[in-house]
Amino acid sequence: MAKQNEIKFLTTQRVEKRPKKYCRFKKMGIRYIDYKDGEFLKKFLNEQGRMLPRRITGNSLKFQRKVSQAIKKARQMAILPYVTDLLK
Amino acid sequence: MFPPGEGINHLKNIMATNNNLQDYELMVIFTPVLSDDDYKNAQKKLSDFVTENGGQIVNQDAWGLRSLAYPINKKTTGLYYVLEFKAQHDVNAKLEIQMNRNEHIIRHMITRLDKFAVKYNGRKRNPSVEHAS
Repeated sequence: MAKQNEIKFLTTQRVEKRPKKYCRFKKMGIRYIDYKDGEFLKKFLNEQGRMLPRRITGNSLKFQRKVSQAIKKARQMAILPYVTDLLK
Repeated sequence: MFPPGEGINHLKNIMATNNNLQDYELMVIFTPVLSDDDYKNAQKKLSDFVTENGGQIVNQDAWGLRSLAYPINKKTTGLYYVLEFKAQHDVNAKLEIQMNRNEHIIRHMITRLDKFAVKYNGRKRNPSVEHAS
């Protein structure tokens, strides 16, 4: 009988396992996202000032929606830019 | 449940006095050309307008001169002013008319605050309460 480390698979096995993404608002118990806090909202923007998708931020749908509303408000009030280069 | 003839009216009175007040937050950007006195007068005008219409001021916060993320009306800086207040819903429409008429205001926004937002703003104002609750 073959030992455990001698077993060969036809398809290569993915060794690296990524840590599971989580919603930081749910984990930290944050219930309200402030549109006045531009520095905090910058975590959810890329270099061009566009919003990062949920699959990257890991936010739950509920809080991604709140983040997006806060970002849009901040943009209206010129706290965050609509488009830029080199935001960070 | 209620004394006859009184109950519903009593409830209505309570709702008229307390529960109709909503929490709002007003953010205004004034033109940077205002002098300090003008800036203060303009703030006072807005807060007075709210109180005259049966609102209550919860908190006001003058951020002062800040650079804008993008130019508005060819201006790259603005005087920010944040006013948190409780008012009835019809005050906002009147307030907006006032603000649109005011030439010093280059942008304004009224946000309705939910209960979490009110808590958050309260905690931000005096962080010591946070540990107690």
